[in-house]
Amino acid sequence: MSFPWANDYKPSHPFMQWMDSRLPLPRFVYDAIGAGYPVPRNLNYWWNFGFLALICLGLQVVTGIVLAMHYAANAGIAFDSVEHIMRDVNWGWLMRYSHANGASAFFVVIYIHIFRGFYFGSYKPPREMVWLLGVVIFLLMMATAFMGYVLPWGQMSFWGAKVITGLFGAIPLVGEPIQQWLLGGFAPDNAALNRFYSLHYLLPFVIVGVVVLHIWALHIPGSSNPTGVEVKSESDTVPFYPFFIAKDGWAALAFLFVYCAVVFFAPNMLGHPDNYIPANPMSTPALIVPEWYFWPFYAILRSFTFDFFFIPAKLMGVLAMFSSILIWFFLPWLDRSPVRSGKYRPLFKKFFWYGLIPSVLVLGYCGGSHAAEPYLMMSQLAAFYYFAHFLIILPIVSSIERPDPLPFSITESVLGHDDKAALGGKAALGAAA
Amino acid sequence: MIRIFSILAGLFFTAALLWSFGNGAYSAITDPAAVTAEEMFHKHPKQLALASDGAFGNFDHRQLQRGFQVYQEVCSACHALSQVSYRDLKQLGYNDDEVKAIAAKAQVPAYNAKTGEVKSHKGLATDHFPPVVYGGQGTPPDLSLVTKARHGGGAYVYSLLTGYQNQPAELLKHFPDAKVPDGLHYNPYFVNLNIAMPPPLTGDGQVTYGDGTKASVDQMAKDVSAFLVWTAEPSLAKQHQTGWPVLGFLLFATVLAYMAYRNIWADKKH
Ligand code: HEC
Ligand code: HEM
Repeated sequence: MSFPWANDYKPSHPFMQWMDSRLPLPRFVYDAIGAGYPVPRNLNYWWNFGFLALICLGLQVVTGIVLAMHYAANAGIAFDSVEHIMRDVNWGWLMRYSHANGASAFFVVIYIHIFRGFYFGSYKPPREMVWLLGVVIFLLMMATAFMGYVLPWGQMSFWGAKVITGLFGAIPLVGEPIQQWLLGGFAPDNAALNRFYSLHYLLPFVIVGVVVLHIWALHIPGSSNPTGVEVKSESDTVPFYPFFIAKDGWAALAFLFVYCAVVFFAPNMLGHPDNYIPANPMSTPALIVPEWYFWPFYAILRSFTFDFFFIPAKLMGVLAMFSSILIWFFLPWLDRSPVRSGKYRPLFKKFFWYGLIPSVLVLGYCGGSHAAEPYLMMSQLAAFYYFAHFLIILPIVSSIERPDPLPFSITESVLGHDDKAALGGKAALGAAA
Repeated sequence: MIRIFSILAGLFFTAALLWSFGNGAYSAITDPAAVTAEEMFHKHPKQLALASDGAFGNFDHRQLQRGFQVYQEVCSACHALSQVSYRDLKQLGYNDDEVKAIAAKAQVPAYNAKTGEVKSHKGLATDHFPPVVYGGQGTPPDLSLVTKARHGGGAYVYSLLTGYQNQPAELLKHFPDAKVPDGLHYNPYFVNLNIAMPPPLTGDGQVTYGDGTKASVDQMAKDVSAFLVWTAEPSLAKQHQTGWPVLGFLLFATVLAYMAYRNIWADKKH
């Protein structure tokens, strides 16, 4: 669907006309990211991150396919084959550093993309499906990144795989058989490495598929916007081409600049030194930590240090870690405020900036540190807030909060006035939310 | 309904967290973690300035050759360098004949799949540095990647090599049981303060540099650290040389794209 005033694709070239009546691919592009797709004119830069995520996905697929041409998924030589890529393959170091830092860049982008959704209420009707598919993408991304990190078969690869698959061992009764089944053995070895490699190559293409659905679902109602007031008339929108192609384009180049600065000048900044030591099942590293983008969840996992009634602490940690993401699936039904954008929600805004953001940052910081005091107590408090925020505070805030007045329309918020508001604004005001 | 479930789930998780927090806080107060000798005496690496540092860094080939000499004459008795091949040494400025001569001094074991035998042959330029058999205490790690496998990199190796000292009396005062175990050596730059490696660089002039540089312990430590930065990241200089044009191009393209964006939106308020 699109708005009634969307431009219609009218091919002028005979070949394009011929094509349009047989396989209307150009029309598809025109309607999806061309002049045929009207977008709210007031989108701010937080709305660029979906496009940046697409760029990251593309980068990862391309660099990953090149790496796969030289990588050997065999526990005996995996580590050396990565070093072979770094030393002997032409531009191999560029491919590997682009891919490793590309994963980090992807997560930076996706976290901003998700928190944009939290703040501006993008998950609310009619975009629940966009949101749900987004959470599915995020889960797939985490699985892909985790398995990718195992491939170089360094110390952190090995011990990370051991710890994370060990989480399944916390499930009562069937835990250990499940863990052994996942690994194809009692500890990570060749069998595990090969299946992780196979899945690491597969999942990105599953992600591509879900991303197509994500954007399809988005294009039904169209993008929301910083006011959260839905599009009402043509003056609220501009065509995607040229307006947002230009904006996304310059943002993408700026992003690539920062990304390349890291790839060329600090490519190991975000990595852990221990992963340059070949995997050694006999020597446990002093500190086993995942990559930085898992730290908040890792901190939640480790926050549960005491059995809770009859539930073992470890099981509690595993439950909480998975729940901390799964609760995002329920968000559209937990936050019932009719006002979408956090901008007009004085109470929500405070909880977002002074509660959610600090607690996630504290969790991230603690997740990268030793599981010792004071980090444990800090992450317990932060995790306390995290769960309270989504499961208790949001449902209550949305029913007691008194939102600020909303603009009549996007046009009014941009131009300061909207002729239609003067005509019949009063009646429409309630519907504006 | 869903919100009632949600609040109940919220209470469940928050209560379990408070329980852990309470117990943790209680034991933190009643049984505070004791300071360990490592926490008190471990030192962060010293400063080391190398030509390869920074975004313009390039390798100093003469220093790398000196460092290679230290590795060959001292460290290679115990440490392997398995990721490096002899032909890689050409990057240090050796010519083909010199590389062949260096390789020929080594005996490289090779496995013959037909006979199942392992036979050694005289090293070729294409061979990697051979494995090292070590019979002493501890396990000397392969040094190829060591500067990327430790926090501090080259500076860490330099500090370690020049950091041997007698165990401070103060340490024993605080921790009477922490005497350096037999066969280990006190070194405050090593994680647990006691390292199995005997001080490898013991006196000035341990090697004789061909370029006339005075081989003080400090100089040898610097040179071999620089060399190990190279073995860990031989493409470092190329990364810098490629990075600048790439960033220059991206900056130019970003500015152009930004101007295009401003132009396109010029009379669209947003
Ligand atoms: C007599 C044998 C021997 C010689 C010669 C020797 N090392 Fe070592 N080295 C060892 C041993 C053994 C260890 C393991 C120490 C341990 O884990 O306690 C080690 C460890 C190291 C480490 C790793 C420390 C860590 O953080 O784990 C570095 C770096 C190192 N040596 C550098 C050198 C350099 C550079 C030279 C040459 C100047 C050298 N070594 C010469 C035996 C030796
Ligand atoms: C591969 C990963 C992803 C890609 C390529 C992607 C792509 C996009 C694109 C291109 C848009 C439109 C532009 C924008 O609003 O920024 C978008 C919107 C959106 N995305 Fe994603 N996305 C990804 C992951 C996610 C995740 C993990 C979530 C949430 C958990 C999410 C939630 C949303 C929502 C709610 C919108 C609508 C925003 C609005 O209109 O206000 N996305 N996505």
